[in-house]
Amino acid sequence: MQILIAAVIGLIFGAGITLGGMINPAKVLNFFDIAGTWDPSLAFVMGSALIVTATGYRLVWKRPAPVFEAKFQVPTRKDIDPALLGGAALFGVGWGIAGFCPGGAIPALGLFEPQAFLFVGSMLAGLYLAKTLRKS
Amino acid sequence: MTEFTPLLSMTGGALIGFAAVLLMAFHGRIAGISGMLQGLLPPFAKDWGWRAAFLGGAIAAPVLIAALTGWRPEFVAPTPNLWLVIGGLIVGVGVQFASGCTSGHGVCGMSRLSIRSILATLTFMFSTGVTVYVVRHILGGF
Repeated sequence: MQILIAAVIGLIFGAGITLGGMINPAKVLNFFDIAGTWDPSLAFVMGSALIVTATGYRLVWKRPAPVFEAKFQVPTRKDIDPALLGGAALFGVGWGIAGFCPGGAIPALGLFEPQAFLFVGSMLAGLYLAKTLRKS
Repeated sequence: MTEFTPLLSMTGGALIGFAAVLLMAFHGRIAGISGMLQGLLPPFAKDWGWRAAFLGGAIAAPVLIAALTGWRPEFVAPTPNLWLVIGGLIVGVGVQFASGCTSGHGVCGMSRLSIRSILATLTFMFSTGVTVYVVRHILGGF
Protein backbone atom coordinates (compact mmCIF):
# COMPACT_ATOMS: atom_id res chain seq x y z
CA MET A 1 0.00 0.00 0.00
CA GLN A 2 2.80 2.40 0.97
CA ILE A 3 4.58 1.60 -2.28
CA LEU A 4 1.43 2.12 -4.33
CA ILE A 5 0.72 5.50 -2.72
CA ALA A 6 4.34 6.59 -3.29
CA ALA A 7 4.02 5.62 -6.96
CA VAL A 8 0.81 7.64 -7.34
CA ILE A 9 2.43 10.67 -5.64
CA GLY A 10 5.42 10.29 -7.99
CA LEU A 11 3.01 10.17 -10.90
CA ILE A 12 1.45 13.48 -9.78
CA PHE A 13 4.93 15.00 -9.42
CA GLY A 14 5.92 13.77 -12.89
CA ALA A 15 2.69 15.11 -14.39
CA GLY A 16 3.49 18.51 -12.87
CA ILE A 17 7.01 18.47 -14.35
CA THR A 18 5.60 17.40 -17.73
CA LEU A 19 2.76 19.98 -17.90
CA GLY A 20 4.84 22.75 -16.35
CA GLY A 21 7.57 22.47 -19.00
CA MET A 22 10.44 21.53 -16.68
CA ILE A 23 10.77 18.32 -18.71
CA ASN A 24 11.98 20.38 -21.69
CA PRO A 25 15.65 21.51 -21.43
CA ALA A 26 15.15 24.21 -24.09
CA LYS A 27 12.38 25.80 -21.99
CA VAL A 28 14.47 25.63 -18.81
CA LEU A 29 17.47 27.22 -20.53
CA ASN A 30 15.25 29.95 -22.01
CA PHE A 31 13.96 30.77 -18.53
CA PHE A 32 17.53 31.61 -17.51
CA ASP A 33 18.31 33.43 -20.77
CA ILE A 34 16.94 36.83 -19.76
CA ALA A 35 19.36 38.54 -22.14
CA GLY A 36 18.18 36.38 -25.06
CA THR A 37 15.15 34.18 -25.81
CA TRP A 38 13.59 34.65 -22.36
CA ASP A 39 10.61 32.44 -21.47
CA PRO A 40 9.33 33.36 -17.97
CA SER A 41 7.07 30.26 -17.71
CA LEU A 42 9.14 28.49 -15.08
CA ALA A 43 8.63 31.34 -12.62
CA PHE A 44 4.96 30.30 -12.72
CA VAL A 45 5.91 26.67 -12.01
CA MET A 46 8.03 27.68 -9.04
CA GLY A 47 5.52 30.27 -7.79
CA SER A 48 2.50 27.99 -7.69
CA ALA A 49 4.53 25.04 -6.37
CA LEU A 50 5.70 27.22 -3.48
CA ILE A 51 2.21 28.53 -2.66
CA VAL A 52 0.70 25.02 -2.64
CA THR A 53 3.58 23.44 -0.70
CA ALA A 54 3.90 26.19 1.91
CA THR A 55 0.13 26.14 2.57
CA GLY A 56 -0.18 22.35 2.43
CA TYR A 57 2.78 21.65 4.73
CA ARG A 58 1.27 23.86 7.41
CA LEU A 59 -2.03 21.98 7.23
CA VAL A 60 -0.28 18.57 7.25
CA TRP A 61 1.91 19.46 10.23
CA LYS A 62 -1.21 20.06 12.35
CA ARG A 63 -1.53 16.29 12.41
CA PRO A 64 0.64 14.46 14.98
CA ALA A 65 2.29 12.15 12.42
CA PRO A 66 2.24 11.12 8.76
CA VAL A 67 -0.05 8.24 7.75
CA PHE A 68 2.64 5.58 7.31
CA GLU A 69 5.39 6.69 9.70
CA ALA A 70 5.83 7.51 13.38
CA LYS A 71 7.00 11.06 12.71
CA PHE A 72 7.71 13.70 10.08
CA GLN A 73 11.33 13.62 8.88
CA VAL A 74 12.25 17.21 8.16
CA PRO A 75 15.88 18.43 7.90
CA THR A 76 16.91 20.40 10.98
CA ARG A 77 20.35 21.73 10.02
CA LYS A 78 20.78 25.50 10.11
CA ASP A 79 24.55 25.86 9.52
CA ILE A 80 25.75 27.34 6.25
CA ASP A 81 28.81 25.33 5.20
CA PRO A 82 31.03 25.49 2.09
CA ALA A 83 29.61 22.15 0.86
CA LEU A 84 26.10 23.63 0.70
CA LEU A 85 27.04 26.77 -1.21
CA GLY A 86 29.83 25.23 -3.30
CA GLY A 87 27.63 22.27 -4.20
CA ALA A 88 24.74 24.57 -5.12
CA ALA A 89 27.01 26.75 -7.28
CA LEU A 90 28.35 23.63 -9.03
CA PHE A 91 24.84 22.26 -9.56
CA GLY A 92 23.91 25.52 -11.28
CA VAL A 93 26.84 25.24 -13.69
CA GLY A 94 25.70 21.75 -14.72
CA TRP A 95 22.04 22.83 -14.94
CA GLY A 96 23.03 25.77 -17.11
CA ILE A 97 25.06 23.54 -19.43
CA ALA A 98 22.53 20.72 -19.80
CA GLY A 99 19.14 22.32 -19.08
CA PHE A 100 18.19 19.29 -16.96
CA CYS A 101 17.83 19.32 -13.18
CA PRO A 102 17.26 15.99 -11.39
CA GLY A 103 13.48 16.52 -11.08
CA GLY A 104 13.20 17.47 -14.74
CA ALA A 105 15.42 14.68 -16.05
CA ILE A 106 13.73 11.73 -14.30
CA PRO A 107 10.27 12.22 -15.89
CA ALA A 108 12.06 12.94 -19.21
CA LEU A 109 13.14 9.27 -19.20
CA GLY A 110 9.47 8.49 -19.86
CA LEU A 111 9.74 10.35 -23.17
CA PHE A 112 12.36 7.77 -24.22
CA GLU A 113 14.68 10.48 -25.46
CA PRO A 114 18.29 9.21 -25.61
CA GLN A 115 19.58 12.55 -24.32
CA ALA A 116 17.63 12.14 -21.08
CA PHE A 117 19.22 8.72 -20.52
CA LEU A 118 22.68 10.12 -21.25
CA PHE A 119 22.16 12.93 -18.74
CA VAL A 120 20.63 10.75 -16.00
CA GLY A 121 23.38 8.13 -16.39
CA SER A 122 26.14 10.70 -15.92
CA MET A 123 24.25 12.44 -13.11
CA LEU A 124 24.02 9.12 -11.23
CA ALA A 125 27.76 8.60 -11.80
CA GLY A 126 28.43 12.07 -10.36
CA LEU A 127 26.16 11.44 -7.38
CA TYR A 128 27.83 8.10 -6.67
CA LEU A 129 31.32 9.57 -7.08
CA ALA A 130 30.65 12.41 -4.62
CA LYS A 131 28.85 10.13 -2.15
CA THR A 132 31.79 7.69 -2.17
CA LEU A 133 34.46 10.43 -1.96
CA ARG A 134 32.79 12.14 0.97
CA LYS A 135 32.44 8.87 2.91
CA SER A 136 36.14 7.98 2.66
CA MET B 1 12.29 30.09 -28.82
CA THR B 2 9.82 28.33 -26.55
CA GLU B 3 6.22 29.42 -26.10
CA PHE B 4 5.29 31.31 -22.90
CA THR B 5 2.84 28.98 -21.10
CA PRO B 6 1.72 30.69 -17.85
CA LEU B 7 -1.47 28.65 -17.29
CA LEU B 8 0.04 25.26 -18.08
CA SER B 9 3.11 26.08 -16.00
CA MET B 10 1.00 27.24 -13.05
CA THR B 11 -0.99 24.00 -13.26
CA GLY B 12 2.24 21.99 -13.40
CA GLY B 13 3.64 23.85 -10.40
CA ALA B 14 0.45 23.24 -8.41
CA LEU B 15 0.72 19.49 -9.14
CA ILE B 16 4.38 19.47 -8.04
CA GLY B 17 3.36 21.22 -4.81
CA PHE B 18 0.42 18.85 -4.32
CA ALA B 19 2.79 15.86 -4.68
CA ALA B 20 5.20 17.39 -2.13
CA VAL B 21 2.32 17.88 0.36
CA LEU B 22 1.01 14.33 -0.16
CA LEU B 23 4.47 12.80 0.35
CA MET B 24 4.75 14.71 3.64
CA ALA B 25 1.22 13.68 4.68
CA PHE B 26 1.67 9.96 3.90
CA HIS B 27 5.40 9.23 4.23
CA GLY B 28 6.53 12.23 6.29
CA ARG B 29 9.32 12.97 3.82
CA ILE B 30 10.65 15.88 1.76
CA ALA B 31 10.04 15.41 -1.99
CA GLY B 32 13.68 15.84 -3.03
CA ILE B 33 14.59 14.01 -6.21
CA SER B 34 18.37 14.01 -5.69
CA GLY B 35 17.93 12.61 -2.17
CA MET B 36 15.67 9.83 -3.45
CA LEU B 37 18.18 8.95 -6.20
CA GLN B 38 21.04 8.88 -3.72
CA GLY B 39 19.21 6.33 -1.58
CA LEU B 40 19.05 4.05 -4.62
CA LEU B 41 22.83 4.06 -5.09
CA PRO B 42 25.11 1.84 -2.97
CA PRO B 43 25.15 1.70 0.00
CA PHE B 44 21.39 1.46 -0.50
CA ALA B 45 18.99 3.21 1.87
CA LYS B 46 16.95 0.79 3.96
CA ASP B 47 13.73 2.50 2.86
CA TRP B 48 14.48 2.27 -0.86
CA GLY B 49 10.98 1.01 -1.71
CA TRP B 50 9.02 4.27 -1.60
CA ARG B 51 11.89 6.11 -3.31
CA ALA B 52 11.92 3.69 -6.25
CA ALA B 53 8.11 3.76 -6.43
CA PHE B 54 8.00 7.59 -6.46
CA LEU B 55 10.63 7.83 -9.19
CA GLY B 56 8.93 5.06 -11.19
CA GLY B 57 5.66 6.98 -10.98
CA ALA B 58 7.42 10.16 -12.13
CA ILE B 59 8.88 8.36 -15.17
CA ALA B 60 5.47 6.85 -15.96
CA ALA B 61 3.77 10.28 -15.96
CA PRO B 62 4.55 11.39 -19.54
CA VAL B 63 3.82 7.84 -20.78
CA LEU B 64 0.42 7.84 -19.11
CA ILE B 65 -0.42 11.37 -20.25
CA ALA B 66 0.43 10.42 -23.84
CA ALA B 67 -1.59 7.19 -23.61
CA LEU B 68 -4.69 8.90 -22.16
CA THR B 69 -4.71 12.16 -24.10
CA GLY B 70 -2.29 11.69 -26.99
CA TRP B 71 -0.48 14.85 -25.83
CA ARG B 72 3.30 14.82 -25.76
CA PRO B 73 5.20 17.77 -24.29
CA GLU B 74 7.66 19.71 -26.37
CA PHE B 75 11.18 18.35 -25.82
CA VAL B 76 14.33 19.92 -27.23
CA ALA B 77 17.75 19.32 -25.67
CA PRO B 78 20.06 21.80 -27.42
CA THR B 79 23.22 20.69 -25.58
CA PRO B 80 25.55 18.33 -27.52
CA ASN B 81 26.02 14.83 -26.07
CA LEU B 82 29.54 15.32 -24.71
CA TRP B 83 28.40 18.41 -22.81
CA LEU B 84 25.28 16.61 -21.58
CA VAL B 85 27.59 14.04 -19.99
CA ILE B 86 29.79 16.75 -18.47
CA GLY B 87 26.72 18.65 -17.26
CA GLY B 88 25.27 15.47 -15.77
CA LEU B 89 28.44 14.70 -13.84
CA ILE B 90 28.60 18.27 -12.51
CA VAL B 91 24.92 18.20 -11.49
CA GLY B 92 25.40 14.84 -9.73
CA VAL B 93 28.43 16.01 -7.73
CA GLY B 94 26.86 19.43 -7.04
CA VAL B 95 23.54 18.20 -5.66
CA GLN B 96 25.30 15.60 -3.51
CA PHE B 97 27.45 18.27 -1.85
CA ALA B 98 24.49 20.67 -1.62
CA SER B 99 22.23 17.92 -0.16
CA GLY B 100 19.43 18.85 -2.53
CA CYS B 101 18.30 20.31 -5.83
CA THR B 102 15.38 22.30 -7.29
CA SER B 103 12.76 20.05 -5.67
CA GLY B 104 14.29 19.45 -2.23
CA HIS B 105 15.78 22.92 -1.65
CA GLY B 106 13.83 25.01 -4.17
CA VAL B 107 10.28 23.80 -3.52
CA CYS B 108 10.22 21.91 -0.21
CA GLY B 109 13.00 23.75 1.65
CA MET B 110 11.91 27.25 0.66
CA SER B 111 8.33 26.36 1.65
CA ARG B 112 9.65 25.49 5.13
CA LEU B 113 11.57 28.81 5.16
CA SER B 114 14.78 26.83 5.73
CA ILE B 115 17.71 29.24 5.66
CA ARG B 116 19.99 26.58 4.12
CA SER B 117 17.50 25.90 1.33
CA ILE B 118 16.89 29.59 0.61
CA LEU B 119 20.63 30.27 0.31
CA ALA B 120 21.20 27.11 -1.75
CA THR B 121 18.36 28.03 -4.13
CA LEU B 122 19.58 31.62 -4.57
CA THR B 123 23.08 30.26 -5.23
CA PHE B 124 22.13 27.70 -7.86
CA MET B 125 19.63 29.98 -9.61
CA PHE B 126 22.35 32.63 -9.87
CA SER B 127 25.03 30.23 -11.05
CA THR B 128 22.67 28.66 -13.62
CA GLY B 129 21.88 32.13 -14.96
CA VAL B 130 25.56 33.03 -15.20
CA THR B 131 26.35 29.73 -16.93
CA VAL B 132 23.58 30.18 -19.51
CA TYR B 133 24.77 33.74 -20.16
CA VAL B 134 28.38 32.61 -20.62
CA VAL B 135 27.43 29.68 -22.88
CA ARG B 136 24.99 31.62 -25.07
CA HIS B 137 26.27 35.19 -25.12
CA ILE B 138 30.01 34.95 -24.52
CA LEU B 139 30.91 31.60 -26.07
CA GLY B 140 28.23 31.91 -28.77
CA GLY B 141 26.05 28.95 -27.74
CA PHE B 142 26.14 25.25 -28.57
